Amino acid sequence: MKQATATPDIERPAVKMERTGDQLKLVLGGDWSLKSPERLRSETVLAGLEREPGLRSIHCVTNEVKSWDSSLLVFLWEVEEWCKSHQVKFAEDDLPKEISSLLNLATSVPEQQTGRGSRGRRSLFYRLGSWVLGQIDMMLAAVEFIGECVLSFRRILARRGKVDWRLYWLTLQECSAEALPIVGLISFLTGLILAFVGAIQLRQFGAGIYVANLVAVAMAREMGAIMTGIIMAGRTGAAFAAQIGSMKVSEEIDALSTLAISPMDFLVSPRVVALFLMMPLLCLYSVLIGIGGGAVVGTGLLKISLVQYWNQTVGSMGLTDIVIGVVKCSIFGVIVALTGCQRGMKCENNAAAVGNAATSAVVLAITGIVASDAVIDVLIEVLKI
Amino acid sequence: MRSESTALGDSNSGILSSAKVSPEIEVRDLEMSYGSYVVMRDINFTGAKGQVLVIMGGSGCGKSTLLKYMIGLKEVTHGDVLYKGESFVKASQEEREEVQRTFGVLYQAGALWSSRTLAENIGLPLEEYTKLSAKEIRELASLKLSLVGLKGFEDFYPSEISGGMRKRAGLARAMALDPEILFFDEPSAGLDPISSRRLDELILQLRDSLGTTVVVVTHELPSIFAIADTAIFLDAETKRMLVQGDPKVLVKEGPPKVRTFLLRGQEVSVPADAKQLSAENRQANR
Repeated sequence: MKQATATPDIERPAVKMERTGDQLKLVLGGDWSLKSPERLRSETVLAGLEREPGLRSIHCVTNEVKSWDSSLLVFLWEVEEWCKSHQVKFAEDDLPKEISSLLNLATSVPEQQTGRGSRGRRSLFYRLGSWVLGQIDMMLAAVEFIGECVLSFRRILARRGKVDWRLYWLTLQECSAEALPIVGLISFLTGLILAFVGAIQLRQFGAGIYVANLVAVAMAREMGAIMTGIIMAGRTGAAFAAQIGSMKVSEEIDALSTLAISPMDFLVSPRVVALFLMMPLLCLYSVLIGIGGGAVVGTGLLKISLVQYWNQTVGSMGLTDIVIGVVKCSIFGVIVALTGCQRGMKCENNAAAVGNAATSAVVLAITGIVASDAVIDVLIEVLKI
Repeated sequence: MRSESTALGDSNSGILSSAKVSPEIEVRDLEMSYGSYVVMRDINFTGAKGQVLVIMGGSGCGKSTLLKYMIGLKEVTHGDVLYKGESFVKASQEEREEVQRTFGVLYQAGALWSSRTLAENIGLPLEEYTKLSAKEIRELASLKLSLVGLKGFEDFYPSEISGGMRKRAGLARAMALDPEILFFDEPSAGLDPISSRRLDELILQLRDSLGTTVVVVTHELPSIFAIADTAIFLDAETKRMLVQGDPKVLVKEGPPKVRTFLLRGQEVSVPADAKQLSAENRQANR
């Protein structure tokens, strides 16, 4: 008998049952190979064993087995398990030494009762309840994180917190100069699209010049801030989550904690402050470029002169509109930084979790941006700003 | 200058040469490099079927790199690696993949796929290369986990088990396709002495039961003496393989550097001619 190798002449594995009194002999034969298309279903044999009442022992004879691999081991292992559950003796004496030693190895450590088997049988209400509790836990964790962040700022202002200033300047650079091309491109296209939509409608009433008002106010109050926030959520928020998540996986966060350096002071606060400070500048840049995109449509499609378009833009927009946009964008910056850092800090200890942290950071940040924008708009309306 | 490595106490080497049977593994004149930086050159050794071959040497000498060359993770530019007498280097992509399917590799940290449960980790190669049903794959995964003492952990993710368990689960995955050659990269690293000894016993038991050829990269002396049938020593200083042989013989009769290594740095008396040879080697490297 030899171990199975890829051979062209494979004989179908077979099992013959020979019963003598309360003893059953299983005579195994053929080629037992995982790669063979001709395989023996262990269920068939086990069903046959169920039809043999009063058994006291089962002997397996492998003299006729031509070659074998794990498929034979699985079969014998299942027969042995069946014997255990039916109080029937499984006689290993007739098995070759190499097979019996592997079977002994497989059964030497008893099965661990981990309780995982019952996981799939939970009711719908149980799963719904678990999901709701999970969401509540997540919200509480977010609130806790915001609290920790506030405490961290207090420590830093009191000069008791250790800050990674190199990281702060690097983050400033990443959130400002390095973000200009993508923010510029998206803002330009947003201004262009707004102007197109406005132009088609306003041209019908001979009010094409008001495209400048539409683009200016929309960009200054809403779109500049929202588009910048969404871009930074996808670009910087995801990066924060992945960077901190990777540090969590490689125990760098633990290393900071053991040195009594707060990861909040060292890693989170510099990122939050950097994004909070840079977002207003990015927002102003976005508004300016968006107006430029609108001007391209105004001058190109509506044949308005550039000076006329600029004068109309300046006349339509007040300082309040710009301040509203800038304040919103700063808030969005804090949301992006906090969600990115929080997801990174809560990252589990494996590679897949880093990807999940980045994804959830982006989703949460975008949801937070849109939701907070709605709340701010309602407040502005209520306060008549 | 090409250094000649010697074979000491290796019972299989004599049998192989007289019977003219191709060894299971053969490495010929292999040179390992990172870009233009040569890590090791003129590596020559063989491993017979059913043998446990240990690759030993100090930290950073290129043991794991050699393993990567052997399993095809790094492209061989100088020299050859042969399995059953057939060149692995000159083989076509399809032939290489065919040979690679006979390998099982246990990486240093287990390298389990974190998004899959242990059963799914073991099931992936079976799904890919066999026509087994999902139920059969699950049963096989359970058997393989039982062999490494992890029955009951089928539905656990790698992040939910300890480092030692991850290593054992990695071994179960390496055994999924009943490999002809098992490669282990630092199997004892990060394990306590008892777990390390159990893993050594498991390696030997699998070798004895399945007739698998085993290649182990390690610098753990107890493991080397417990499992190795034959071992090679890589020397970072001369950038050459110094010797192949049974470690129990090498510790008494091997080159001074190998004896020092196997005696945990204890000074050994160096004959004058060996000192001269060492000086020549260093000069040749310059």
